[in-house]
Amino acid sequence: MTEMQVTAQPGVPQVLTSREFDAPRELVYRAFTEPDLLVQWLGPRKYTMTIDRYDLRDGGTWRYVHSDDAGNAFGFHGVFHGEASLDGIVQTFEFEGAPGHVSMDTVTFEESGGKTTVRTNSVFQSVEARDAMVESGMASGMSEGYDRLEDLLVKLVANA
Amino acid sequence: MAVVAEQLDSVFGALADPTRRAILARLRRGEATVGELAEPFNVSQPAISRHLKVLEHAGLIARTRRATARLSHLRAEPLREATVWLAGYREFWEESYERLDELLAALQDEAERETGRPPTRGRGRRRGRRKS
Repeated sequence: MTEMQVTAQPGVPQVLTSREFDAPRELVYRAFTEPDLLVQWLGPRKYTMTIDRYDLRDGGTWRYVHSDDAGNAFGFHGVFHGEASLDGIVQTFEFEGAPGHVSMDTVTFEESGGKTTVRTNSVFQSVEARDAMVESGMASGMSEGYDRLEDLLVKLVANA
Repeated sequence: MAVVAEQLDSVFGALADPTRRAILARLRRGEATVGELAEPFNVSQPAISRHLKVLEHAGLIARTRRATARLSHLRAEPLREATVWLAGYREFWEESYERLDELLAALQDEAERETGRPPTRGRGRRRGRRKS
């Protein structure tokens, strides 16, 4: 399993990720597009995911809510664009806590040797919007972020 | 927020260059002069000085004078901010994808049980199987 790569270049309102999965892409695609499978993995374990609607057609809409035991609930919604297929899914994404801030997300599935690389490409309206979105989940990741400083430095050395 | 974004831009911009990353890696071992930093590279001291300026502007290094030598040393704080910035986003997806690993393994086990051996009818939970 390769580690997830996250790329956020300076000055470009975009975040790219890639991650390899030990499964054929038909299966990975199902996990991304079948609501009863999607709720089993999308988001941290502490949240329960409820899907209100998931109309995987050109122009179809989706909405889901992540809620935790403390009673917090975070809603997200968007629209699918074009015909979703094994080659990829295009959709808009909007956090209901920041209406009007929309990203356009493309996810692709590439299979090689029985493994599937999932790539995501999120384009935001501005660099500021991207940074606000990326930062919004920051609190929970804070301590781990500090722990990862050393990892980052080790990687800098390895790549030098 | 804009200030933070600007700092991050200069940090990521500074980190985008392999020579500058190598300079930072060298500075982990302790402070160094321009000459010492230029040594492992096939570039001139003025070129290294330009890289040092970029790193200094990003706050990744600080430079002090000792006698006639200018010494550079590593500053960790901006790197820490850069890692923390992406940490929450990364964490969200890493945890999600670990869960997806488990789900995919379970789905494949299930498919194997159904096709590989005589099917154990009615036992495994059969999830909705819609052909997309």
